[in-house]
Amino acid sequence: MHTMAGQTETAQALTPSEVARIKADFEILEHQVNGIDVVYLDSGATSQKPRCVYEAEQHYYENANAAVHRGAHTLAVEATEIYEQARETVAKFIGAKTNEVVWTSNATEALNLIAYSMSNASLGRGGEEAARFRLGPGDEILTTELEHHANLIPWQELAFRTGATLRYVPIAEDGSLRYDLIDSLVNENTKLVAFTHVSNVLGTITDTQRFVDAARKVGALTVLDGCQSVPHLPIDVKALDVDFMAFSGHKMLGPTGIGALYGREELLNAMPPFLTGGSMITVVDMEHAEFLPAPQRFEAGTQRIAQVHGLATAASYLSEIGMEHIAAWEEHLGAMLFEGLSQLEGVRVFGPSDAPRIGTVPFEVIGVHPHDVGQYLDSRGIAVRVGHHCAQPLHRALGVSATTRASTYLYNTEEDITALIKAVASVREYFGV
Amino acid sequence: MNELDQLYQQVILDHSKQRIGSPLVESAAGHQHGETHQHNPICGDQIRVRVELDGDKFVGMSWEGDGCSISMASASVLSEMIPELTKEEFEAKKDAFKEMMRSKGAVAPDEDVLEDAVAFVGVSKFPARVKCAMLAWVAAEVAMLEAV
Repeated sequence: MHTMAGQTETAQALTPSEVARIKADFEILEHQVNGIDVVYLDSGATSQKPRCVYEAEQHYYENANAAVHRGAHTLAVEATEIYEQARETVAKFIGAKTNEVVWTSNATEALNLIAYSMSNASLGRGGEEAARFRLGPGDEILTTELEHHANLIPWQELAFRTGATLRYVPIAEDGSLRYDLIDSLVNENTKLVAFTHVSNVLGTITDTQRFVDAARKVGALTVLDGCQSVPHLPIDVKALDVDFMAFSGHKMLGPTGIGALYGREELLNAMPPFLTGGSMITVVDMEHAEFLPAPQRFEAGTQRIAQVHGLATAASYLSEIGMEHIAAWEEHLGAMLFEGLSQLEGVRVFGPSDAPRIGTVPFEVIGVHPHDVGQYLDSRGIAVRVGHHCAQPLHRALGVSATTRASTYLYNTEEDITALIKAVASVREYFGV
Repeated sequence: MNELDQLYQQVILDHSKQRIGSPLVESAAGHQHGETHQHNPICGDQIRVRVELDGDKFVGMSWEGDGCSISMASASVLSEMIPELTKEEFEAKKDAFKEMMRSKGAVAPDEDVLEDAVAFVGVSKFPARVKCAMLAWVAAEVAMLEAV
């Protein structure tokens, strides 16, 4: 049932000595906070970067900087090669064809790209070819109560613009998705189903098949938010069988300012563009323009070449280590976190205990506000995220306004987890609760 | 005292638990009354503040909120300070508090003006927490300006 978790169960986890070697690639993890070695447990917000990633960016600027897909000079050719080679690398990383990866500035833009392209289709752009992207009154978009705001608000706004109705799969009291309600929520009016692969708050891995099967039955498009899965789990979009997937570079060791949208080739080529302008056209006259096929039709304007190169370098780095080994290691760290925090008196851990998860665990120290918990942990050199993590509806459903979230990555050690648990154990005493 | 202990002085921890001025109370007839709800979207802290004025003078302030110890303690301390202050005196104290928050710990606060609110001097070394400490003061000012 849980394909991804099933894969990681059989794979060999990284060993502590391998993790130590990996950690040495991250300059920033050698830094100190308040005189203590930093324990970085906020990779769910953004990951740290290995030297090879920013060295790749520097190398690009020093050796190949030029505008891509234009100009006949040597540098322009080299820049274009780097840019397109990166697309091939990242496409391979997620099991896609090269022309099925569109560069965006982040996952948020990738999701908005779909929403605005569908808006444009709804206005008649793209002609009959784009008919399946049209929405109007009576049509339905389905999402879930787990979502990050980035996979919720674009659909709310799309519904407002087109007159479609937004519905959602609620969560149970323990934060697990109500899979049992999917079949009653998906009907012949459902045109789009958007759901997260891994909850950015709870760290739980979605049973994607349940959504894909329901959507396929009625011919609805599927959009997967891969922000928290692509960095942590082996991903094969063809096996997942989704139509679109958005993910960000900075959460997977890559630079900020770069993300990507995966889309099935035939869908991307039928979808009207979102951003328009230079580099995405074939013929332009004063009245109208013809557009290039995907991915170029979605990449208007000068692109983020150094960042693209940095992201591809990050993907290669991860592939070399092996995503299945990383996933198994983080599954181990996640279990350590979940069990260790659950055993502390006065600490409430959120999320179902039996669901497959990555190394992300949200919790509450009873009687101490998350902001104060985060401040206390910071004084111990431990970086965590506090707040609503861009998921206010989920927090409301859990009955809290904010949580403290620890999230791991491949460079985290068992000692990091032990340090966190030990520090959390002393929070209540410090605040006199 | 380390920076964390300066941030969480005992006065602050006490006020965050024994909250003066909370919950909300009704204003007396004949007095001016102003109320506002303020929200810090970054951390989700929120507060509803009600002020009661008799002409130019504060009778009192009551509030309800959900937030970190700094924001809740700041509201409690302000509720203790505000009765009998004129609008002008309140503004002077608010300006002094704001200046202390911006000082990054470089300026010694005037205890005669800020009273118990000097306990928040440690917050100024944590720029991310300044908004927490300011929340109640901002809300009280808005409520005062809207009081009818």
